[in-house]
Amino acid sequence: MTTPLAGTEPLIDPHAHFHWPGSGRVDWERVNARRLEAGDVIGVRYHVASILGTWGYRSPTYFASPADVRAGNDAMFALADAHPDRVRVWVHVNPNEEAGALQEIERGMARGAVGIKIAAARRCDDPLLDPIASFAGAHGLPILHHLWQHRTRHWPGQDISDAVDYARLAARHPRTWFVGAHIGGGGDWQHSLPAVADQPNIVFDLSGSGIDCGMLERCLHWMGPSRLMFAADLTLDTALTKLRALEALGLTTQELAAIRWRNAARLFRPGTFGTLTAEEPSA
Amino acid sequence: MTRIDVHAWIGGYPWRHLPAHDPASLCTVLAREELSGAWVAHLPSVWWRDPAPGNRELVAALAPHGGVLRPVPCVRPDWPRWQDELAVARASGAPAVCAYPVQHGLGPDHPAWTELGHAAGAAGLVVRLTMRFEDLRQRHALDSAGDLSAAHVRALVRGSGAHVIVGAASRTLIEETHFGLTTSEQRRVWYDMSWLWGPPEDELAQVIAGVGADRLVTGSGWPLRLPEQLRVARALLPPAAGVVEFASADGIERSAREPTRDANRFR
Repeated sequence: MTTPLAGTEPLIDPHAHFHWPGSGRVDWERVNARRLEAGDVIGVRYHVASILGTWGYRSPTYFASPADVRAGNDAMFALADAHPDRVRVWVHVNPNEEAGALQEIERGMARGAVGIKIAAARRCDDPLLDPIASFAGAHGLPILHHLWQHRTRHWPGQDISDAVDYARLAARHPRTWFVGAHIGGGGDWQHSLPAVADQPNIVFDLSGSGIDCGMLERCLHWMGPSRLMFAADLTLDTALTKLRALEALGLTTQELAAIRWRNAARLFRPGTFGTLTAEEPSA
Repeated sequence: MTRIDVHAWIGGYPWRHLPAHDPASLCTVLAREELSGAWVAHLPSVWWRDPAPGNRELVAALAPHGGVLRPVPCVRPDWPRWQDELAVARASGAPAVCAYPVQHGLGPDHPAWTELGHAAGAAGLVVRLTMRFEDLRQRHALDSAGDLSAAHVRALVRGSGAHVIVGAASRTLIEETHFGLTTSEQRRVWYDMSWLWGPPEDELAQVIAGVGADRLVTGSGWPLRLPEQLRVARALLPPAAGVVEFASADGIERSAREPTRDANRFR
């Protein structure tokens, strides 16, 4: 078997997405297959993934309708059932559903979801998110929240928010793990990092298409290797690029392992990734 | 085959700190990424009104690295005596000149734009353009120029015999340019592949299939962008892409020095 491009040390992608027929695109199966295939080439052992409704086909991606939220989650559960050895589920909710969002999380947990995905349908320090964050902390479910980066005015397609808001939410729920999505996902990443640096229950995933020189150095400066996670989101290539750049920066084996998989294993409940647990030596 | 990075700079960036941007660091990066050389421009000049002083700094800074780094002086074709910078380029052995029409306020139909193409073509110099320096969503409030448009590229190629490289090009710009040109015009344009995404969407593979690998060239965007992307993007091409050979920098340079096949149109 060919050695994975990222080496043989475990690797977890905690920010993945898949498609389904409801996405409204004819090549949805090809895209899903390519994520798994390229993940194998890179060496990704687990994809923790979500489907955001119909990806805009029937309702907006970041303002998904209740019906689309449920249908997308159902498709995601089916994908995880088909790949129990390598796919885990973030159950996606729209906090504007209020009680319905909590019901969907409970339904997701019953179907094996390991965390909660929230998009951008509400300012992220809005009180509507408090019941979700409380529930997450009580049940050991990390939250992966779409992160606006210095979004200080309203743009179409998303509600307004930024990392300062995220830190406020996290401060109200110190027992809950919050993942800031895609530091390389577009927007002012320089602003986001110091905005959450003092909030220890926030970690960042390194996903996104952005591969700016200096980004990783600032991530390490503000967050340290214990609060960063390898991740891909929509572009697996830039995830591997950033991993190689971290290696070039001279991180220790332990620091790289933390970013590759140990921090993810620490956030999720024990057993989420089979034998990969944060406390034990790597395989 | 030697691989040369045709889209690199030295010098600082006005909108954010860069960890390294000097010639020696670039040489280290090239060696690490198994690149044999680079075509290098002067990043601060992009936002200077008169690029001439930056060209002098560039040539002097690269001189100790002459076997590896080749200068790409900046030309602003609406500036008095701009042709002097073409002479600087020729005298310094440059393979190309670079231009930033959006930052200098030149629309695609500005007459100076095609004048540059004529002059560079006559001098046998490639014209290197840059679509963008950063993601549109993270730019400084004062960085309001916007991205280079496909219309700029089409106008330059249609209106002159210039040979053109577009750095940091999006799939949209590439396709809108390529399929907006005649076959002979298409042969005078190349795009660096650093901003074409890999799996799962496979934009790079789709551009290779639609436009052709011979229209793509290696270019990193260092010191703004991580050069590791060049090897990663190739390594993650789908198996169906087969063996892919991008255009070589040397081949592009030779093309620019040969008479343009449709040169009669521009006389």
